[in-house]
Amino acid sequence: MKKILMTGNEAIAEGALQAGCRFYAGYPITPQNELIAYMAKHMIESGGVFIQAESELAAINMVFGASAAGARAMTSSSSPGVSLKQEGISYMAGAELPGVIVNIMRAGPGLGNIWPAQTDYFQATRGGGNGEYRTIVLAPSSVNEAYNLMQDAFDLADRYRIPVILLGDGILGQMMEPVLVHNQNPATNGKISRLPVKEWALTGCKGRKPNLAASFRLAEGKLEEHNIHLQEKYKEIRDNEQDYEGLFLDDAQVILVAYGTMSRIAKGAMNKLREKGIKAGLLRPIALWPFPVNAFTKNLGPKIKYLVIEMSYGQMVEDVRLAVNGSSPVEFLGRSGGGVPAEEEIIKEVLSLNEKDI
Amino acid sequence: MKKIFSRPESLRDVSTHYCPGCGHGIAHRLLAQAVDDLGIREKVIGVAPVGCAVVAYDYWNFDCCEAAHGRALAVATAIKRVRPANIVFTYQGDGDLAAIGTNETIHAANRGENLTVIFINNAVYGMTGGQMAPTTLLGQKTATSPRGRSADKEGYPLKISELLAQLPAVKYIERVSLHSPQEVLKAQKAIKQAFQNQIDNIGFSLVEILSPCPTYWEMPPNKAVEWVRDIMSKEFPLGRIK
Repeated sequence: MKKILMTGNEAIAEGALQAGCRFYAGYPITPQNELIAYMAKHMIESGGVFIQAESELAAINMVFGASAAGARAMTSSSSPGVSLKQEGISYMAGAELPGVIVNIMRAGPGLGNIWPAQTDYFQATRGGGNGEYRTIVLAPSSVNEAYNLMQDAFDLADRYRIPVILLGDGILGQMMEPVLVHNQNPATNGKISRLPVKEWALTGCKGRKPNLAASFRLAEGKLEEHNIHLQEKYKEIRDNEQDYEGLFLDDAQVILVAYGTMSRIAKGAMNKLREKGIKAGLLRPIALWPFPVNAFTKNLGPKIKYLVIEMSYGQMVEDVRLAVNGSSPVEFLGRSGGGVPAEEEIIKEVLSLNEKDI
Repeated sequence: MKKIFSRPESLRDVSTHYCPGCGHGIAHRLLAQAVDDLGIREKVIGVAPVGCAVVAYDYWNFDCCEAAHGRALAVATAIKRVRPANIVFTYQGDGDLAAIGTNETIHAANRGENLTVIFINNAVYGMTGGQMAPTTLLGQKTATSPRGRSADKEGYPLKISELLAQLPAVKYIERVSLHSPQEVLKAQKAIKQAFQNQIDNIGFSLVEILSPCPTYWEMPPNKAVEWVRDIMSKEFPLGRIK
């Protein structure tokens, strides 16, 4: 194990390689270019395949093919590029193919700009493409956590045969922080890890019946049957894979809710609020889907207030309101388009919420 | 008595969904025969398109993969790169390969992916009800060119095979037809060659097959094969292109 200073984008790539990713296809887009460059440099040393695709569409459909062939496969992009990938993600969800898609978000809509944002939350957590499906969404708040979550992303993808999205923002992708690099578990086809062998993979039909990787189900009743199976799988994921970090939730009267980069600023605000004697806490969802509903239902009541802070004009706040279901007040603070809510803004907002009570 | 003709092992014993007189059934069989003849059934991974042949995997008795409309060559590229010892092919129509998937087609060819491509050109979108294809002939009436394709508004029939032949990484392109038994035999030979090339690591190989679509050409099957012979093959000349 050694400590290396890396950008978030490089750490994600290294984390993927350590987790046994052996296929990467991508297309250049800011602010995630260090990731594709790192893969171009290091994938071959890992014995894997790197392809600079002709388009985002081609890249995600290459991931579809590589995954169908049994490889741990991923792509990465930033917001406008991830919109283009939605076709392939929907097909992967339908065909139950694992894979990891990294979105280092920038501000939109449209070409927007290259400043950090958290405005793709809806797209990531609601499926994003056509049809009714879900993807697991993980949101790291530090470079080191981004590195570690890549192992989880590939393991979850294989365990549930589902696309997994790692959702970061331009700050996380670009900033450098120390990473504890270690040999993770390069699980491949279940030989090393506890994951099941990929009996469904396309390997040639020697000694078995032919396999098929497809989302198409034309025969009457077959698609509905498949969709019911998908919904059962999603329920299992909701029951088992909620993930969050909580700080001072046992005594908090104002709970700040933020994910990714935003949660670090919220944490700073929380500490300063506690210095002022205000019982603030922090709830940081690590998995955005499945949303950590259980963390909220444990901390409810008219005396507990929630303040949701996002680099958006209010997306995750909808999930918080659904989780809280009217049992506690839920307030919101957010900016997007390049602006990031500052520590002082959060403190001011909390203080004004407290005044409103009096 | 010696059995000289039977269903290839690579073709399943199922009833067809294709229209009477359609060329897909013949092309499926030729492909299955080539796979059997080369003894590669247990190594083959087929990539099916979106279009009339969307369920081609219901007919083939080997591993298959779906691809989104036009993306077959991106999917196939990845499968082959991950599993270079397998034999990977795409089977695509004109809309799939030469309209919505033109980008994937040109770039897979330009990278020289060691793949076999079977390209069915029937000058029309069949699955969706007979709309204009990139390969629709000038003057040909379709659901979306009701007055006939005009060069000034819709451009010319796209000769994607000739276009691909310009790329240095492309190794083999041949255009064949299904309009007579003699031409079917030539098609069989070309398909086999395109697979042999992949086995020999030669590189990107494509066989374009002119195929009748009696339903959306609004012709009886016998007239449709005559149209391929007399009209379509004049616009798309048969033979080795590269």
